[in-house]
Amino acid sequence: MATATQTDPPSGLQGTSRGRRADPMFRAVVLVSATSVLVVLAAMIIRTTIDAWPVFDAMGIWGFLSGTEWDSGSSRSEVTGTYGAFPFIYGTLKISFVALLFAVPLAIGIALFTNEIAPSGLRKTLASTVDLLAMVPSVVYALVGIYFFRLQIWAPIGQFIADSPLGNLRFFGPPVLLSSYWSAANILAIMILPIITAICREAFAQVPRDEVNAAYAMGATRWEVMRHVIVPRSFAGIVGGTMLGLGRALGETIAIAYLIGSSQRWAPQLFFGGDAMTSVIVNTFADSAPEGIWALLAIGVALFFITMIVNVLARLIVHRAGRFAGDAAL
Amino acid sequence: MSVETPVRPSSPADRPSLSEKTPNVRRRELVSRVMTVVLGLTVLAAIIPLVLLLWQVFINALPALSLEFITQVEPLSYREEGGGYLHGIVGTLYMTGIAALVTIPLGILAAIYLTEYGGGAYANIVRFFTDVMTGTPSVFVGLAVYALLVSGAGGLGLGFGTLAGATALGILMLPIVVRSTEEMLRLVPEDLKNASYGLGARRWQTALRVTLPAAAPGITTGAILAVARGAGETAPLILTALGAREVIGSLWGRPQADVGLLMVDGFNQPFQAGIDRAWAGGFTLIAIVLILSIVARFVARKSQV
Repeated sequence: MATATQTDPPSGLQGTSRGRRADPMFRAVVLVSATSVLVVLAAMIIRTTIDAWPVFDAMGIWGFLSGTEWDSGSSRSEVTGTYGAFPFIYGTLKISFVALLFAVPLAIGIALFTNEIAPSGLRKTLASTVDLLAMVPSVVYALVGIYFFRLQIWAPIGQFIADSPLGNLRFFGPPVLLSSYWSAANILAIMILPIITAICREAFAQVPRDEVNAAYAMGATRWEVMRHVIVPRSFAGIVGGTMLGLGRALGETIAIAYLIGSSQRWAPQLFFGGDAMTSVIVNTFADSAPEGIWALLAIGVALFFITMIVNVLARLIVHRAGRFAGDAAL
Repeated sequence: MSVETPVRPSSPADRPSLSEKTPNVRRRELVSRVMTVVLGLTVLAAIIPLVLLLWQVFINALPALSLEFITQVEPLSYREEGGGYLHGIVGTLYMTGIAALVTIPLGILAAIYLTEYGGGAYANIVRFFTDVMTGTPSVFVGLAVYALLVSGAGGLGLGFGTLAGATALGILMLPIVVRSTEEMLRLVPEDLKNASYGLGARRWQTALRVTLPAAAPGITTGAILAVARGAGETAPLILTALGAREVIGSLWGRPQADVGLLMVDGFNQPFQAGIDRAWAGGFTLIAIVLILSIVARFVARKSQV
């Protein structure tokens, strides 16, 4: 905009030069605020990667990810230990996938029930009850998991499976420990259930009502409508929700840290103790020498990138499924 | 679609009445009914753990729950009964409060950028990375803040303490505030903004005095939910606040206490008194989070947009 050079006296309608500068300044302020998100994220990634670099350098990135021996050194200035994070990556993936195995069918069922079967007055209540599971702090899950769930429910069920013919398979074989991959997977399943349910509900709600009504008009039963119209129509949403749940599961920390058993022996069994990426970070942080902390930072960096890839894929899928607003409030 | 057409009878006379059900229809209806029950059971499978959890927290918290619990600090020995989590509650509120004071205005301004100037590629990049940040594992944020602020090698060397903990919580809250505020600002009708422009208001005046107040209840709801999320976090605080056994007022230099951290210390010990206090701490955390979310819902109901 050209600066005003008229000679007539300014009228009341004319903006002052201060007023004209206000908008660009406002733009600058909000731009800086928006940029702060990028700055914070970049600072976190760069700082952790630099600090973790000696470990990546000594082990090689592939060696770090695939090595199976973790022997923390005590040096303050150089890398003397052996750092192979595979047992932790294995534990994280194992409990996450077992958790998804429970959580995804449950979430689909709950979403179908809430959207299609429950009377409309009950829908909101059901939805917010499930959301309540997401509000419970992780450390409370850890507490109740340790003193109640694993003693009264998970270990007995695990023992039952191990004693049944399934127990002959190595995966389900004894012994059944109280703190195990199985306990960790169970608590994870409960914790990721709300987000998967919420996304499934959104996806189901977006199925065109005409198609549902057309299926009913052709004589389909309620189950047939759900099975053959609603679920196939929202398949992308279900996959996206599952991936977001996986992202949550990979990053969950406190509840896992006290339920997985913190064993370095990465057993093939489900009911045996192990360790996960997040749990090894919080459980060994306080006792680590500087070089051990670099190694934990290296696990953190690896975890960040794995979670980021999963989340980015999830968001692409969910967006494509026609969901625009984020699930930020969840 | 696997709905088979029934075989048509030859003459109208032996055609069964429409209300008569063939065995096939009967089977399909039965399947539908059974599946309705199965879906109902999945809902129970989610509600039963929730009820068990709340029930367990409630009955186990009772022994240690009293006024003392929020007015006194924990005794030095985990064997000793009595005392409370005053230092933890103070620390949690202190760190969450600082985080909220910085994060909420910053997040709202960032969201204004995304809605007012959000058409371009840069805004999309910001939006994308905000989403990435939403999914960042909290323990990674803890590690990063440790490396940036706490550690002396390469970081600022502030040491464990309030500021480091608050920063970690703030980083976890920021993307939630940005995205929920953006959603709410988008709901404000275009007409309202145009009316403001029509009266000669500038862009910043419209954004701050028209759009923002119109979306205020929704924004508040999002902000409160973000605070609730931050108040319940423990993992990043292990790496940044570290924990303390007394009420800490200083911003840095001294490790800060937190309810979650005290719970972890308490339930890791084999002493009943410490475990009882951990349960009471869990009760406190759930109470804080629930009260915040009820307030959030109450505010949301006032929303006009």
